[in-house]
Amino acid sequence: MVQEKFDVIVVGAGPAGLGAAYTMANAGLKVIVFERGEHPGSKNVMGGVLYRQATEDVFPEFWKEAPLERPVIESNYWLTTDDAVTKYGYRSQEFAGEPYNSFTVFRSKFDRWMGRKVEQAGALLICETVVEDIIKKDGKVVGVKTGRPNGQVYADVVVIAEGVNSILTQEALGLQKGYLAWDYLAVAVKEVIALPKEKIEDRFGLEDGKGATIEIIGEATKGMVGTAFIYTNMESISIGVGALMSHLVNRKLNPNDLLENLKAHPAIKPLIAGGEIKEYLGHMIPEGGYKAMPKLYGNGVVIVGDAAQLVNGLHREGSNLALISGKTAGEVIIKAFEKGDFSINSLAEYQQRLTDSFVVKDLQKYQHSSGYFEEHPELFYLYPHLASIANKEFFTIDNIPKKEKQRIIMRKVFEQRPKWELAKDLYKLWRVLG
Amino acid sequence: MKPMGTEEKLGVDKFSVDEGNAHIIILKDTSSREALKKCVIACPAGLYTMKEDGNIGFDFAGCLECGTCRVLCAGTETLSWNYPQGTFGVEFRYG
Repeated sequence: MVQEKFDVIVVGAGPAGLGAAYTMANAGLKVIVFERGEHPGSKNVMGGVLYRQATEDVFPEFWKEAPLERPVIESNYWLTTDDAVTKYGYRSQEFAGEPYNSFTVFRSKFDRWMGRKVEQAGALLICETVVEDIIKKDGKVVGVKTGRPNGQVYADVVVIAEGVNSILTQEALGLQKGYLAWDYLAVAVKEVIALPKEKIEDRFGLEDGKGATIEIIGEATKGMVGTAFIYTNMESISIGVGALMSHLVNRKLNPNDLLENLKAHPAIKPLIAGGEIKEYLGHMIPEGGYKAMPKLYGNGVVIVGDAAQLVNGLHREGSNLALISGKTAGEVIIKAFEKGDFSINSLAEYQQRLTDSFVVKDLQKYQHSSGYFEEHPELFYLYPHLASIANKEFFTIDNIPKKEKQRIIMRKVFEQRPKWELAKDLYKLWRVLG
Repeated sequence: MKPMGTEEKLGVDKFSVDEGNAHIIILKDTSSREALKKCVIACPAGLYTMKEDGNIGFDFAGCLECGTCRVLCAGTETLSWNYPQGTFGVEFRYG
């Protein structure tokens, strides 16, 4: 095993770890990255949308060389009942060219590309290696113990980018208060379904190579707090669904059953018809937001990305928070080297800078929303249902005068949810989201 | 498409199973039943199964390494949970 001492050890080659490694290696620091997979990305899962701005902040003009699927030009929200959909969406040609807004990607390919960039920048990337423990000396983290023979490796700073299931953060370092709670996490499953390129473009109304996304709530999660999604790749569709772990268990529903239920929905079935399943994936998603964040730094150590529970579930953002947290950690560590100070006070600047950025600001803004939705899952069932009732009346042409029609809609809606309750819902939603 | 169970779906994934060295082990703990019953429900790979004799079975081959069972059993000392050693476990070709 590597005997020499490094400036920085990074545990985990996802967007957070590689974002940190790239930033530091470019500044001339001696960086080693450990990845447990066969290559970066081989253990990594996400729905599939990568945001251009945050990615570009770390890897300038990445879209010119990185393996991407489709630039997203159309984003949709679907509110589903068992046999109907209310749709809302936005499509713009502006998203079809530079500088782009987002792309669908496969992490197995994209993370591998990031890994190569990091190696080109001078970092050492060691795959197929599990980091099993932290090495401390006099209360300071000084290295890691890997699963390899004589696998101790030392550095001035360790960056934990282990992902959502971060054993090191939660157990070895004790930076997560208590255990990671089951109501702070969603379980998501996804399938990659192969279809010919032209078929995808016909079904989604897309021009050559352009992409669309659909986020789905309501019946898709049986009213549990969660969402489903459909993303277009070049020659496949990613379809998945996730719900809070606590809701799944209490409702006795398996994530795969939810996914099969989703695939059978009359509005979704034709989109994937005739496709061949290429991969089935499962993953946890941090949904606890601000309240679930561990302390982001310790003596000689910082926590980045999903390991720090940095996900904005409401806006399905995660990889961007990972990249920016990694980059920020990298910059703070570069500064620490300039000062020669790796103490807890020096690394505290990382948490401060994240707190001043959109990363923690957004999590703070929505800090009451996950608890609110957790306690009011009926919103995930009721509102899609109300939208369906109202739209069904609105779109049914049946010789009833419009004035009467409006009264029917209001009466049917209020039967489901009294006026006062609706007003309360709206007020509370405004309080937690506004 | 007709409904597919987890077993059939795992068949399309690529695994390298570390035979004889399970990364997740159920510790023989009688107090662990409630936690394990949650795993039977929520494991995305369906690897925890309720057997006819009432015991809960588990097969670590086919694990997607998501950590759901680790969280569901946290604080109960039901599981020994580690990541598979390098070269082993699931290898996502898409991700």
